Amino acid sequence: MAQKTPEQITDDLLRPLSGISGRYALSAAFLAGIVVAALAAFMWQVYAGLGVSGLRTPVFWGFYITDFVFWIGLSHAGTLISAILRLANATWRRPVTRCAEVITVFALSIGAAFPVIHLGRPWLAFWLFPYPSERGIWPNIRSPLLWDFFAINTYLISSVTFLVLPIVPDMALVRDRAAGWKKRIYGALALGWTGTPKQWHRLETAMHIMAVAVIPVAVSVHSIVSWDFAMAPVPMWHSTIFAPYFVCGAIFSGIAALILAMALLRKFLHLEEYLLPIHFENLGKLLLVMSLLWFYFVFAERLTTWYGNGSGEMPVFWTTQHGSYSPLFWAMVFCNFLIPAPILAIKQLRTITGTAIASFTVVVGMWLERFLIIVPSLSHKYLTYSWGTYRPTWVEITITVGTFCAMALLYMIFSKLVPIISIWELKAGLQQAPNHARIIAEPDEVRAD
Amino acid sequence: MAIRSAIYGLFPDPDSAERGINALNRAGISPKRIIVMSPEPFDGYSFTEMDHSTPMPWLAALGGLVGGTLGFLLARLTQESYPINTGGMPLLAAWPSGIVTYELTMLGAVLTTVVTLLISTKLPNWKPKLYDPEVSHGKILIGVLDPSSAARAEIENRLRGAGAEKVKITGPF
Repeated sequence: MAQKTPEQITDDLLRPLSGISGRYALSAAFLAGIVVAALAAFMWQVYAGLGVSGLRTPVFWGFYITDFVFWIGLSHAGTLISAILRLANATWRRPVTRCAEVITVFALSIGAAFPVIHLGRPWLAFWLFPYPSERGIWPNIRSPLLWDFFAINTYLISSVTFLVLPIVPDMALVRDRAAGWKKRIYGALALGWTGTPKQWHRLETAMHIMAVAVIPVAVSVHSIVSWDFAMAPVPMWHSTIFAPYFVCGAIFSGIAALILAMALLRKFLHLEEYLLPIHFENLGKLLLVMSLLWFYFVFAERLTTWYGNGSGEMPVFWTTQHGSYSPLFWAMVFCNFLIPAPILAIKQLRTITGTAIASFTVVVGMWLERFLIIVPSLSHKYLTYSWGTYRPTWVEITITVGTFCAMALLYMIFSKLVPIISIWELKAGLQQAPNHARIIAEPDEVRAD
Repeated sequence: MAIRSAIYGLFPDPDSAERGINALNRAGISPKRIIVMSPEPFDGYSFTEMDHSTPMPWLAALGGLVGGTLGFLLARLTQESYPINTGGMPLLAAWPSGIVTYELTMLGAVLTTVVTLLISTKLPNWKPKLYDPEVSHGKILIGVLDPSSAARAEIENRLRGAGAEKVKITGPF
């Protein structure tokens, strides 16, 4: 294969921005249909009240809080992974970072909507805001739910800026190749970028500082989400292991989501020459490490609970081991460890298809994990007279499915408006790392080496 | 701003751009009047080392300090103004205040970094200015702002001699 020039790379990566295929339009319409159905289900819940959901005494945290924790966890795909790879100066990260950062912004936005969806009277959500009122109330600083507010918003603002700043030079690139109304819009989004050495230097310095700042913020976000549970005296929640366990699970599901997104982008946007097998292999190795780490945390948590034999905790423990929640528990273990670990450990199976299959099972398994953390504990609290069950209704199921479709739809729309691979970073990487340039230019030959 | 003009050359690669800069330096043109624009950042060339001094990390730290102070004050004043006995905790609870302080520290650092970036690079700026879309097509622009009429011919010769593919005179802008 002839070596690609920077101009050819630019053309390849800007191609997805031009035109909409019939397949794209059909997929978008299908996803939009389900999102509209989810909105309708939510409006029905607003009209009829929370009674249309399956939330009953004693389980008042069901699908919605499961979805909240799941999406906040998934958001760790982007900014955290991107920031770590940036600081580690991993050259192979360049085609991956923007795909990852976009997941963070959309997943966080979807996750942050769930506390409002979960409210009995969402039109009074503003009561939660700190403002002086005649009611004389103010958010309680000692509540973990308020810590969530600060952590999620800090992470969201950091992630949006972390995503948007490196997009500006690429907007200038699109501006200079567009005409008419597109030129005006992309010109506005480019902010007047010209590419002076000062602009490049300040941008790279800012990205470096933000990468340093964003990593502890990302860790704090899921620690604080875990403390929503760990601060409560509920069986199997009140545990010091929860914060690192949640952070581990978040990174685990985040990497899986990133691999899935990359596999789909590669196929549908024809980015085969940029999202290479080596990217999937490297991310697959990271996913394997996280799978092992996740299993370690689950084992440590289960062993400690079983050995302690606390009268309050054992009913929750046994209901997940061989009680009514055991099918979900063992499905989770299969999805998060028994299926992905062998696939990812065997080099011959760590292909694009292999890592995508493993990632799909991990995403399913991590949603189950969030559900199993929340519901069995709430349905088996200390006093047996308060035990109960939880069955989601069509409203919760539709809203949950709708958020997955919303994520896919937002991602599709974004990839049609903005280059999904950072063009300037890729080109800068090519001149800094000749071997990487060769991987892009001659992927077949490098793979054969 | 005064009406300005410029003469610039478009170079195909950073090596020839470096020669262009050297040629302008040898002609005695002040570095402040030399303009460089590139499609991506290049390492190891003198023209990319211009304007490398920035207080951005210090300002980010200062922003973090301000954010953290505001976070601490928010937590403290809230607990003092709305005394709620929660789970036997003291009215001024240190650990939860630490969490709010921490998050606002990081938010302060991030926002200060973004603001510093925008101010120091003068973005957004949609006014007409020296620029050539060829930069987005991989060319490196090396030019001189407000050249005197007498010096234009010499600058053009030097830019061409260094390897500029095109030399353009533009302005006023």
